[in-house]
Formats: sequence, structure tokens, C-alpha cells
Amino acid sequence: MSVAAAGAVPGFVRRGPWPIAWALLFAATLGLWLGKDQWSWAVKYPRGSVVPLKDWISDFMKWLINDFDLGLFTFKEFTRGIAWVLEWPQWLVKGLLAKGFKFPIGGEDAFWLTPTLSWLGVVVVLSLLAYRIKDRALALLIGFCFLYLAVFGQWQSAMMTLSSISVAVPLGVAGGLALGIRGYRSPRFERAITPVLDLMQTVPVFAYLVPILFLFGFGPVAAMIATMIYAMPPMVRITMLALRTVPEEIKEFGRMVGCSRRQMMWKVLLPAARPTLMVGVNQVIMLSLNMVIIASMIGAGGLGHDVLASLRRLAIGQGLEAGIAITLLAVALDRLSQAFSETAPAGAHEEVVHKSLLARHPYLIGALALLLGTTLLGLVAPALRAYPEAGQITTGPFWDGLVRYININFFDQLEAVKTFLLLNLMIPFKRFLLQLPWPAVVAMVALAGLQLGGWRLALLTALLVAFIAVTGNWEKAMITVYLCGISVVFASLIGCPLGVWAARNDRVHKVVQAIIDTLQTLPSFVYLMPVVMLFRVGDFSAMIAVVLYAIPPAVRYTDHGIRKIPPALIEAARTSGCTRRQILWKVQLPLALPEIMLGVNQTIMFALSMLVITALVGTRDLGQEVYIALTKADTGRGIVAGLCVAFIAITADRLIGAWARRRKQQLGLE
Amino acid sequence: MSGSGARTVKLACESLWKIFGPGAEAFLAARGGEADDAQLAAAGLIGAVRAADLDVYQGEIFVIMGLSGSGKSTLVRCMSRLIEPTSGRVIFEGQDLLAASEKEMIEIRRHRMGMVFQHFALLPHLSVLGNVAFPLEVQGVPRAVREKRAREIIELVGLQGREAYYPRELSGGQQQRVGIARSLAVEPEIWFLDEPFSALDPLIRREMQDEFLRLQSMLQKTIVFITHDFDEAIRLADRIAIMKDGAIIQIGTPEDLVVNPATDYVAEFTHDVARAKVLTAGSVMTAFGANGAPTEDSFAGRVPVGERIEVLAAEVVAADQPFLVVDESGAARGLLTREAVLRVLVGRGRGK
Ligand SMILES: Nc1ncnc2c1ncn2[C@@H]1O[C@H](COP(=O)(O)OP(=O)(O)OP(=O)(O)O)[C@@H](O)[C@H]1O
Ligand SMILES: [Mg+2]
Repeated sequence: MSVAAAGAVPGFVRRGPWPIAWALLFAATLGLWLGKDQWSWAVKYPRGSVVPLKDWISDFMKWLINDFDLGLFTFKEFTRGIAWVLEWPQWLVKGLLAKGFKFPIGGEDAFWLTPTLSWLGVVVVLSLLAYRIKDRALALLIGFCFLYLAVFGQWQSAMMTLSSISVAVPLGVAGGLALGIRGYRSPRFERAITPVLDLMQTVPVFAYLVPILFLFGFGPVAAMIATMIYAMPPMVRITMLALRTVPEEIKEFGRMVGCSRRQMMWKVLLPAARPTLMVGVNQVIMLSLNMVIIASMIGAGGLGHDVLASLRRLAIGQGLEAGIAITLLAVALDRLSQAFSETAPAGAHEEVVHKSLLARHPYLIGALALLLGTTLLGLVAPALRAYPEAGQITTGPFWDGLVRYININFFDQLEAVKTFLLLNLMIPFKRFLLQLPWPAVVAMVALAGLQLGGWRLALLTALLVAFIAVTGNWEKAMITVYLCGISVVFASLIGCPLGVWAARNDRVHKVVQAIIDTLQTLPSFVYLMPVVMLFRVGDFSAMIAVVLYAIPPAVRYTDHGIRKIPPALIEAARTSGCTRRQILWKVQLPLALPEIMLGVNQTIMFALSMLVITALVGTRDLGQEVYIALTKADTGRGIVAGLCVAFIAITADRLIGAWARRRKQQLGLE
Repeated sequence: MSGSGARTVKLACESLWKIFGPGAEAFLAARGGEADDAQLAAAGLIGAVRAADLDVYQGEIFVIMGLSGSGKSTLVRCMSRLIEPTSGRVIFEGQDLLAASEKEMIEIRRHRMGMVFQHFALLPHLSVLGNVAFPLEVQGVPRAVREKRAREIIELVGLQGREAYYPRELSGGQQQRVGIARSLAVEPEIWFLDEPFSALDPLIRREMQDEFLRLQSMLQKTIVFITHDFDEAIRLADRIAIMKDGAIIQIGTPEDLVVNPATDYVAEFTHDVARAKVLTAGSVMTAFGANGAPTEDSFAGRVPVGERIEVLAAEVVAADQPFLVVDESGAARGLLTREAVLRVLVGRGRGK
């Protein structure tokens, strides 16, 4: 692939019959639209022909819960049994960290409540842990994060959240490992599970909260199960990938020394894959934290509950403080788990033969002693038991004041921007999409699929899009597409240039990288708060939140795509006398375009997942449909709308993916 | 070590084939177990090992050599059934390995085979001690016993004091010592080494070759050693098999290959080799003329027929008269002249 040729291939439409096909399709679309009075069914899918899939699903759910009998017990008893089992570890950790254990003494209501672990002990032990596995900087960071929780009066809630997380994460990791191992061993299983994972990652969480509520009841356990479903898929994928990428020689070595299947897995493959697996663990932690607020809708309690409650009361200051607490918890756990994955075993060069327990685990025992000591001391010194109220500070009033100030002084300006964009861009675009005849959209998607990936892709995407029309969600889906589309355009317009800048300047690269790393640890809800503060509810606020949330992947992929271009190509361009500007436009951007498009694809995925959450600020799209279904406890409605969101995501993903693959092949990059 | 009459065959391959690609077995069966380049190419298959026939004798170092992609690794993996051959037989101590059950194969690999890998294949999460003891751990040997054994072998390869190090804290040469120690932990009867020194830089490589020869002189294992470096092959080998495009072209002692290359391909391979290291007095001497062995005063001394020129050169070149070449029984076989030795030294002697 020469530089000249790379620059010379314009656009993505290869010549051939395609331009004619597209022209015909556009003509047909126009015809349909002009004749919309005769063919009203094409613009507005007829109510009478809607397939009542949601009713079927709801009925099935009812049957499952009320009538399905497994012989010895009913299905509901079975799921409630699972919930009961899962409650124990939660009870234990919560008792330790947040609530204490009750011991009845004598009389009816008299009981002794054990103290929870001392806040000081927890802060110190975690900092020391950070120091031990990494360095002082991490120790300071961890210490700061947890001190914040204590000083800002978030300790109790934070420990509730931490205890749910610390049960959900190990279970999610274990489940992900188990499925990943099966997938690695059996290609059939992998083929079966991949589409399920796709759905788990694209169906909005709200959609499956209702069935989970029905099956497991309202409360922390249901919240934990929802969290696991949400957080597990990346672990499954990463496990399969990690096992597959263990060097062939190590696998051969395992067989050569005669490992059994089990020895091979547990003694050779998994330990050798550990660094990659830890990336998965990190993902599970981050996604679990991202779920904290949503999980509080079905009874998780803790910080998520605080945020949600304040958001509903529009008590911005309080909500923000709790939101920051979640963020700091996320940052702390993220950095800790990353540090863990980087520490490979090393260093202990003296031989550990048979020493006493204390000598073998000095740190562990020291930490336990510290925790126990401070906790016991807390019995006599209340300041150790719970952070003293007198020392607590709150910034709530400050934030409230700030918002009031901005709203009083800048109301007109903000409002003007909002109205301008709404009137001139958003509403016209929305109208346009709503008037598109649905058969035409199905045909367009199919034609694009055919052109980019062949018959199978065409069929898949056409079916997915048709599903949306047939189940009666067309209009809401179009609103989703409109909000998502506009947000993605803005996010790309901001993110891609930033990425280009970062790719061409190492200092910028470092700064930008650090910022987007932090942005990506923020739970999605956190983005809503400032936006609501400034713009109140509505499509515009939703769009801003979505844009903010969806920028990082655009930056990351653009940066990466440009940096990945073989240096020889750049040098060749430079020797042939290109200016920096020419190199960018004629070499770097065309070559990086496939990668940039993958970034845009990720931006779409991020935007869709955020869009569902913005239902809380009053959009009218599929997200709202899912959210309404949640409040009405309507299983079928939520799942069908959730599937529609997922299908939009999958359609976009497959089309863009196919395009990028083809383009990369054309450019000889793969 | 080599060539002394009938020797016990430790491992034999008989018309062994390995073809990669879908439907390889049916393809080969349909052609009566034979296929040529054109047929393979037409079917879109890769013939990684083609009709390999070889015997590895007890206690010898059998080197397989060939260019990258010639099928060496595939062949050696077929010998331990890490790769399932498409057809043919692998006979280990009289037992047909391809007929062995998976369970039997596990037992054979656990106790009777050892393998060293090009990129070491050490387990990153285990210390040197843990790595070396690992094959025994897999067998369920108690910790104390296996660690004792591991320590012995670690000492044997000269890594004592490093037991608690982790692989990434060691240099490449040290890592491969661990790989060697590990493969010896179970006292294998046959020892496979797949380009064990290729990933090391030349100085270390040489040191490791010496180390390897030292170990072999103590242990007397049966060895299948793979390399693409002819110098390494002639340093180590009792016999060498040369592979090209999956087929074995010639098997012989290093000297055989230099003196009587079966094809131009082999000749090309041996072309740049330092001949003095390979050729022996026997292959360079001139036979006696019609008047038989010369008289006592017409030669400077006696040299054994199997001695390599490298060893004799200084002496022969310095002397005015030729040397008498004698065999083990002391009978005269020919004359070694100064000219002949010089021709070898400048790289033109015998075998073109
Ligand atoms: N799993 C496989 N699937 C398909 N083809 C393979 C596979 N393994 C090896 N081959 C092919 O078989 C041929 C022989 O490969 P092999 O690895 O045995 O060569 P080699 O002599 O060991 O080369 P090197 O010196 O590079 O290690 C090569 O053409 C290779 O591409
Ligand atoms: Mg090889």
C-alpha cells in the first residue's frame, strides 16, 4: 500500500452498481413520502398490525412466577431460594462494614449491636495496602478518597455500597470466569453465548430490572443480581481472550508434562493469563460501580440511593456530594485493582521455609490487628467508631448557591443557546426522522449491509430494524436515533480533533489521556447532575449529558488510530515533501479513518447507554419507554423496548464494524 | 559414539505425514497415503511433514535441521503426539504411540519424555524452584520430595542461589537453563529440544552448547535436537537429518553430509561450514599407490582414521612429510598429506 494510493482512494463507496441502487432507493423513499396520504402505513406503522410481543412476554413472566412448578418446589420458590443464599454473604459484609451485628440479650427487644469496623482503621489499612502493592502516591490517593468519605459524612452510605460491591464483584468475576472457561473449551458454547453477551451489553439495565424484581424480590440481593448481569459480560469475553492468547509453547509445555484437563486450566492457563484476567476484574469493578445508582432503584441503598433521592428532590448539592463519593470510590478501587494486576510475584528472594504464621504473613496479620485494635478502641472512644459529626463538613450549600448564582446571572444566555439549538437543529432533525417511511429505513439498512458485508449482514440488520417497527416502537426509536445521532455528531466533533491534537503532541497526549481515564471512571449518572442544574429537564439536557459521556472513546480511538500508522509511511510522505498539514490530511487521517470510525462506533454505544439513563430528565424516546415500564412493573414492555435499543446498537455496530474491516483491508492495514 | 554396528532404536518414525488443513486425512487416504506438491497445493493443504522415515538410536544426539517452515517443529511434535500425525507410525521403545490412549500418552509424557522450548515456556507465576518442580507437582509428588529433586537439578545446571527468582528476573540464558532443568526433572528417557538456543545471542548460545554437551556426557540421554543453524548441528550432532518442505532429504553424520551430499540443497547447506571441524583424516587421506604402504621413513607419524582435521592440522602442516592414517586395529589405511590438509583449511577439500 503506497502513500499515494492511500490518499487517492476517495470516499467509501466503491464504484459499481451501488450508486444506482442508492439512487433508486432514495427515489422510492421520496415517492413513499409524497404519497404518504395513500400509504399512511408506511410513515406510521399501523397500530392494528403491531405484534403483541410485550403481552406475550408479560404473560410468560406471569406464568413463570405463578404457575411454573418444578415438582418439589415452584420456580418462584427456587429463585427466592437463590436470593436467600445470596443474602448471607451480603449480610456478613454489611454487618462488618456498615451495620454491625445484632446479638439478642435477655429481653424482647434488647440486643447488643456490635461495632462496625472503625473508619480510621479502614482508611489506614487501605492506604498501607496501596503502599505495599505500589507506592506512596497511590497510598496518598487511597487515603484521600476514603478520608473524603468520612469527612463529608458519606461513610455509612459508602460502606453500604462498598459491601454490595465487594460481594457482587467476586461473584461476577467467578461467573465470568466459569462461562469464559466453558467458552474457551467449547467453540459451540462460545458461538451460543456470544449473541447473549451482545444483548447483555446493549439491552439497557432498566429493561431487566422488572423481571429481576419479580423473581428475586425488592432489595439488595435483586440489586446485586442486576449488577452481576450488567458487569459480567466483559469478564466472560476477556477470559476467553486471555486463555486463547496464552502462548502456544506454554500450552504445549502443559501437555508435555502430562497435565490433566483440570491441571492444565488451573495450574497453567489461568495463572499464565493472569495479567489479562485482571483487566477483566477491573472492568467488573468499574461496571459494578456504574450500576450503583440504578441498583438503588430496586433496593440497593447506600450512596446510589442518596444520589437518586437528591436528584429527585433536585437537591443538587447533596446529590453532587454523594456522586463525588461514588466517583472517589470508583477511582480508588480502579487504581487499587490496576496496581494489583501490575504487581507480578517477585522480590522475596529469601527462602520461605517453615516459619510461624506471623513470620509468613506479617502484613496480613498486622492489618488485621490494626483493624481489630481500632474497632475495639472504638468501644471506648466514639470518635474512632464513627467519624465525629462535629468534624464533618458539607459543600452542599456551596453547590446550591453556585447553581443559584449561575441561574440568576446567566439564565438568559444559557436559555438562548438552548433555544437556538433546539429550534434550528434538534427539532428539524427530529421531524425529518419521524417522517421517514419505516420500510425505506429497513431497505436502506439492508442495502448498506449488503454493500458492506454481504447477504447475511443485510438480512440481520434488516430483521433487527424491522423488529422495532413490528413491535410498535418505531416513533420512540426514531427519537432515540435523533438524540443519539445529534449527540454522536457533537461528541465526534469535539472528540476527534482532540484526539488528533493528542496524537501529534506527546504532552497533550499525556494530559488528555489522564483526563479521559478519569472521565471514564465516573458513573454515568454523575454526568446528569450538573447538566440538570444548568439546563433543567428536556431533550437538550439529555443531549449535553450524552455528549459529555460519549466523548472519551472518540478521543481515544482517534489518538490511537493516528499513532498506530507505521512510521515508515509518515517518513515516506515527509521525504516526498509533504507539509505537516498535508501529512495530516493526506496520510494520517485517511489511514486512521477505519480506527476513528471504530471510535465513533464506541461513541454510539456509549451514547445509547447514557440515553436510557437520561430518561430520568424527561426524554420521550425508547429510554423513557423502558423507564415507564420499570415504574409500572411491566415486564414485557420494558424488555421489548430494551431489545429495540439493543437492536439499534447492534445494527450500528455491525455496519460500522463491517465498513472498518473492509477499509482496513483495502488500506493493507490488516 | 556413532556408527558402531547394530544399535537399539529408541524412537522410530515410519512414513509419517502431517498435513494441515480441512479434510487432510481423507485427502491422504484417497491418494493411497502419498501426495506431491501440486496435489497439496491444489487442495489448499499444507504438507508440514511428508513421509518422514527415521530411527533415533539409544543415547545419540539426533539433530533435525532445515530452514524456517521446513517442518522441524511439526515433526518433533508428532513424535510426542503433541500434534496428531495424519498418517504413519511413531514407535517408541517398540510401542506404537499413535495407538496409545490419551491416558497412556499422559503417562508416557509424564515419566519418559522431556521437552525444551525455543521461547523457554516458563510459567511466569512460579519461581525457578516452582518451575523446575512443576512436572513433579503435576504427577502428585509430595512437596518436600519434589523440591529436593528440583534443587539437585538446579545445581546441575548451575543456577544454585537463584531458586527463589522469578523467570522475568533472569537473563535469557538463565531462563533456558531453567527450561532445561525442568525438562530433566522427571529423568526422561527421550529428550526433545526445539531450537533451544535460537533465542539467545551468539556468545551465550555457545556457552549453552558447551553446557549441553557437558550434561549429555553425564546423563547419556537419547536426544532429538532441532536447529536451523548448521554450525550448531555439527557441534552437537551424532547424526543429522536435513529437512526441506516437510520431507527428510538426507540423514547422516556431519561428515557424510559434507562429503556425500545427497542433493544440491544439502551441498548448499554444508557449503559454508568450517570443513576442518567436520572432515576426518579418513575422508581426506589419499589411498596408497600401486606399490602399497610406504616405508617407515617416508612419513612423519601416525594419525587415527576417525580424527578430525581441525585437531591434526597444526601438526600435519608443520611437518615435511605426510602422516600415515591408521584404523583402530593399527592397520595402515592411507596417507594424509600437507596439501590435502591445506585444501581443507582453505575450504576446497573433498566434497566439492
Ligand atoms: N497449526 C498449523 N496450521 C497450519 N499450518 C501450520 C501449523 N503449524 C505449522 N504449519 C505450517 O507447517 C509448516 C511447517 O511448520 P513448522 O513450524 O514445523 O516449521 P519449522 O521448521 O519448525 O520452522 P521454524 O524454524 O520457523 O520454527 C509451515 O509452513 C507452517 O506454516
Ligand atoms: Mg519451529
